[in-house]
Amino acid sequence: MVIVVMSLLVFFGVNVIGNPIDILINPEFDQEEMERAIKALGLDLPIWQQYLVFVKNAFNGDLGKSFVYGMPALQLIVQRMPATLELALTALLMAVVFGIPLGMWAGLRPDSVAGRTIMSGSILGFSLPTFWVGIMMIMIFAVMLGWLPATGRGETVALFGVQVSFLTKDGLAHMLMPAFNLGLLKLSLVIRLARAGTREAMLQDYVKFARAKGLSTWRVVMVHILKNILIPVVTVLGLEFGNLIAFSVVTETVFAWPGMGKLIIDSIQLLDRPIIVAYLLIIVFMFIAINLVVDVLYSVLDPRDPHRRGSGDRPGNPHGGDRKG
Amino acid sequence: MAAFVIFCALVFIAIFAPLISPQNPYDLGEIDIMDSRLPPGAVGLAGLTHVLGTDDQGRDMLSAIFYGLRISLGVGVMSGVIALSIGLSIGLAAAYYGGRLDAIIMRVVDLQLSFPAILLALIVLAVLGKGVDKIIIALVAFQWAYYARTVRASALVERHKEYIEAATCLALSHKRIVFRHLLPNVIPPMIVVGTVQVAHAIALEATLSFLGVGLPLTEPSLGLLIANGFDYMLTGKYWISFFPGIALLLTIFSINLVGDQLRDVLNPRLQK
Repeated sequence: MVIVVMSLLVFFGVNVIGNPIDILINPEFDQEEMERAIKALGLDLPIWQQYLVFVKNAFNGDLGKSFVYGMPALQLIVQRMPATLELALTALLMAVVFGIPLGMWAGLRPDSVAGRTIMSGSILGFSLPTFWVGIMMIMIFAVMLGWLPATGRGETVALFGVQVSFLTKDGLAHMLMPAFNLGLLKLSLVIRLARAGTREAMLQDYVKFARAKGLSTWRVVMVHILKNILIPVVTVLGLEFGNLIAFSVVTETVFAWPGMGKLIIDSIQLLDRPIIVAYLLIIVFMFIAINLVVDVLYSVLDPRDPHRRGSGDRPGNPHGGDRKG
Repeated sequence: MAAFVIFCALVFIAIFAPLISPQNPYDLGEIDIMDSRLPPGAVGLAGLTHVLGTDDQGRDMLSAIFYGLRISLGVGVMSGVIALSIGLSIGLAAAYYGGRLDAIIMRVVDLQLSFPAILLALIVLAVLGKGVDKIIIALVAFQWAYYARTVRASALVERHKEYIEAATCLALSHKRIVFRHLLPNVIPPMIVVGTVQVAHAIALEATLSFLGVGLPLTEPSLGLLIANGFDYMLTGKYWISFFPGIALLLTIFSINLVGDQLRDVLNPRLQK
């Protein structure tokens, strides 16, 4: 149902923003040619008919042809999806791999110099404007120091028929900066979550019991505390993954990374309607899919209380509710 | 505390920008394109020392940053205030009336909150076009939900306390109960959310301007200044992007810190 509403909104909204006829058809055409072009693009039908045609095609997997590229919109987007997904996943990985240890350290020793620095660092992390950090990184690491390539995606290698770039050294070099840039915000988030979780877990009885049993601090931390802070971290990260994909538009623009995000920005500027509509639909769909996966994951990871969900406080609602429409 | 001082300084600069800038960077009579792309510290043709360098049009960076701060802060705060009012009303209504109204409102709020802010703003702007008012609408559109949810949570707690029951027994009108009794007790957590949201709004606005779908060129914010510098990053003229970025960073950072400290001050129970 959400998808239907979204598609309606987007379709009509995009129609309003500008008359694509003026943009796409060379104004030097004479009247006859213009009419032919309009007919070919399907723009002469009344709006609601265009919408119905769109829906019919959508069910057949055809989300319209891009005005600018002349290729089916779905194909264009899917072509660029691996690049974006690769970036988003690497960013997520970085956030988790660096964030959890740092957060746990800050939680275990909250008043130490390191602990406090990590916390201020995390606030700094989500105050930094992503695109500016990207520009600065390019300037420092690519221009001044020459360590890493500035823009673009590295060489790709086919993996199960999909082009991936992390299997090549060149690919990794290209991916390092954008992934870090994208992951920075999430890193700060993970640090804060891990810290809060650690502090909470440390006060619990089972930790005291483990220590009383004589287990080494290391084991207590690694086995007991880590497992228990994973639950909120994983849930939040799962939900934030969609956010990450959406935010990749910025990083992709700065680093000229050929992913979905860049496509949508260009499309908005060029008023390439089918792509905008197709992109939004795909994103909404992905969101719903991700939410579903996270919900399942959550109930698997937390066998205690099936009604405890992380989204907001709804004291009047005993079942926690399901959020999918 | 230092954060608060920085924040006040920034607000001061933003309000008094025209009076304290060395140059009015948007008055075409005062800038000279021969001055363009001077590094920091250079002296321009008119004898003015450009402490932070000049951009590609010959505008003094320091002045451009002051004016940009004005727009960035102005847009951020205004959208925050509007979103606050809307979120407040809706959240209070949801908490007070409860039942189906509450359920519907919370569904909408949840739906909106699970959607990434950037995407929402992009869609709104793609539909509405450029302009300061449209940016504010886009910023409000994603913010109100945070306010609504926080308000509702606090209001629900307060709702069941005795003084509200007493007020209801006295047969006071609904409006009076909500505004004179419920509202004042709901404000503290809202201030905290408010500061963080304003910071978020400013960051989002800068991002949108950078992407080219934000404010128009006539009212440049810090984001646009950074975007201008984007073209020069490969040639080493770092100051065109660097200094506006620092200004933006300081703004957001100080607001976030103030919000964090406010949270600790207003809530002695030390909730994390």
